[in-house]
Amino acid sequence: MAGCQAKETESTSSGEGSGANAAPAQITVEASDNECTLSGTEGATGANTFVITNNGSKVTEFYVYDEGERVMGEVENISPGLERKLIVQLTQPGTYTTACKPGMIGDGIRGDYSVTGAEVQIDTEGKFKEAADNYKRYVVSQTEALVPAVEGFVAAVKSGDIEAAKAQFPTSRVYYERIEPVAESFPDDLDPRIDLREADLEPGAKWTGFHALEKQLWVTGLQPDANALADQLVADVKELADGVKAPDFTIDSTQIAGGAQGLLDEIATSKISGEEDIFSHTDLWDFNANLQGSQTAVASVRPILDERNPDLGKRVDQRFEESEALLEKYREGDGFALYDKVTEPERQELSRSIDALSKEVSQVQGVIAPQ
Amino acid sequence: MLFGAAGVTAAVVGAAGAGVVAGRASAAETPDHLHTAVPFRGEHQAGIVTEAQDRMHFATFDVTTKSRDDVVKMLADWTEMAERMTQGKEAFPNGATGQNPYYPPFDTGEALGLPASQLTLTIGFGPGFFVKDGVDRFRIADKKPAELVDLPKFPNESIDPAKSGGDIVVQACANDPQVAVHAIRNLARIGFGTVAVRYSQLGFGRTSSTTRGQTTPRNLFGFKDGTANLRSDEGDKLKNFVWVEDGDGPAWLNGGTYLVARRIRMRIEQWDRTTLLEQERVIGRQKGSGAPLGLADEFEELDFDLVNDKDEPLIDPVAHVRLTSSEHLNGIEILRRGYNFTDGSDGFGHLDAGLFFIAFVRNPVTQFVPMQNEISRKDALNEYILPTSSAVFACPPGLQGDTSFWGSTIFD
Repeated sequence: MAGCQAKETESTSSGEGSGANAAPAQITVEASDNECTLSGTEGATGANTFVITNNGSKVTEFYVYDEGERVMGEVENISPGLERKLIVQLTQPGTYTTACKPGMIGDGIRGDYSVTGAEVQIDTEGKFKEAADNYKRYVVSQTEALVPAVEGFVAAVKSGDIEAAKAQFPTSRVYYERIEPVAESFPDDLDPRIDLREADLEPGAKWTGFHALEKQLWVTGLQPDANALADQLVADVKELADGVKAPDFTIDSTQIAGGAQGLLDEIATSKISGEEDIFSHTDLWDFNANLQGSQTAVASVRPILDERNPDLGKRVDQRFEESEALLEKYREGDGFALYDKVTEPERQELSRSIDALSKEVSQVQGVIAPQ
Repeated sequence: MLFGAAGVTAAVVGAAGAGVVAGRASAAETPDHLHTAVPFRGEHQAGIVTEAQDRMHFATFDVTTKSRDDVVKMLADWTEMAERMTQGKEAFPNGATGQNPYYPPFDTGEALGLPASQLTLTIGFGPGFFVKDGVDRFRIADKKPAELVDLPKFPNESIDPAKSGGDIVVQACANDPQVAVHAIRNLARIGFGTVAVRYSQLGFGRTSSTTRGQTTPRNLFGFKDGTANLRSDEGDKLKNFVWVEDGDGPAWLNGGTYLVARRIRMRIEQWDRTTLLEQERVIGRQKGSGAPLGLADEFEELDFDLVNDKDEPLIDPVAHVRLTSSEHLNGIEILRRGYNFTDGSDGFGHLDAGLFFIAFVRNPVTQFVPMQNEISRKDALNEYILPTSSAVFACPPGLQGDTSFWGSTIFD
């Protein structure tokens, strides 16, 4: 199956899915902590609209997948009581998978969703545009989830609630780690302001961002500049969120594929070694987020990939699956094992899995490059 | 001697120039033949009795896939790349810069412009290639030779399992270290997902001679090493001691051999504080000439019956050359092809250096094991050495014709 376009509104109630083709019906999704009930499990090729209501007590997410865990559309960070709309372009007939993820973890509560009708044809040029639009929407959705998550983290820091702040440190970073290569493209050292590690700090330079607060929370205790760092972090992630929403922010397919590889390089260089979250040892949250971000980036260009080299797409799927399965071994509750408890042989196994995945993902750029 | 010696050797003659590699090989002026290509195909694999090159990159791999097809495909890809690289070509035609620039380059490029440098790539398969943890992963368990088993634990060793064993080995030898490293690097790059590098070792100087034309190199103890090694022209001995014969084991290995590898750390600083007389007693040869104690010429046969005026043997009862001699070992001989190495210094400021021992034998169980049993218990040299890794591999015969690839006969 091919073709994907996820449209989503971020408002708290039913926004209009502008530009959507006439979908046969709107599917309502009742999500709770242990159920995911759809009003219908059949749709037609073209735009499919889902309206998700979170009736549970945990923050949830809703996904529509194609084969190979390809995310066709997703809504994240649906707080209890909220309703969100997701419009997904499903251009090919076939069986898709829907999933609610209460607590925003794991495979979620899954079900089949079958789509019938004629394939909606999209030409190559259209596929490139669709890839860029799709990935930009993903980036926007991540930054929009990032801002409130960081605000929550920062509020805990400023109220001096160390335990709450520690709990939110790894989870608020997830949205950033999924799209970090995008942040790196912004001027004025935006990425270092948000995410610089102490080891990379130049002598005399001011250290800000997640990791400066991480050190205070885990090592030194909160220092007089904690509130200022907290406020600065919120301002910086808002700068990112505003930046990616700007009309002049564009990202092409080659950059998307390069970013997919860049995220895996991030894992290989700083997560495998445990240097990313050296004080909190929450590296596996970042590992997981990098992996997810990379997979989504590849999925955005997947229709072009499938047209030109379907075997590569299948190998990429298989390697992502293997890496995810390996990472699942370290799942603990809503999070992961702390990385200082992960042994050298286990780190080697993780590293080998990323090597195997990177070998395939590094080929994607060449395949989708303009011909 | 079991021990090999440092590489700068033969080659330093003339001032010919051969500009392409000036400053790269062990000497700026090297005879042209050190730059040439060694035939990849033949009755036996290259890199065994081939004139020992001066540099080595030795790498072992764990097979990480469960797919037999993936293994077969990788071996076929490797064979094609290896044959090209041994000819001094890129791993893929125009791989470094001549392909679609949106792909990572198909060849890593550091060997561009360098000659073949007598590069040989020799492949072998470890016990785990056939059966791993009791599992016949690739339906080839019945092809495993009975002699292909991990070496037993010997006294006086401290084996690091992480730097031992391996399902596959590739020994890259060349007269230019960059050529050897390039070869391993490109094979490893293509292998990700199918294999993962388990460990690798660089060697910077050969410690044995395999042809008459080569002078005897010195090991890091400063002694000539490999004076009595088997040579490529000793056809009968090679048949007896190196090449697997029809009937020895599975047919795919006929014409092949076994590779035994041991990383032997030398206690360099202790050795350097030892008197010359003691050093020569431990080895059993004279340091300067390499001649056996009591004799004048390097290539004179060892005479273990010579005694001094107090009727004490000139070659000590536990001297290294005595214990490793074929006379002492009931006629056993082996082909040695090891390399000096240093991995820098350890945390005490001592050289982490020694000899990466490589031997090729027809049967590791009846040749290497008895020899190692003897020296590991008695050898005077044990005070100055510590083996830290151990591995054994079965190396198939050479590829003949155009269709076969590395290991293809195992998968028939």
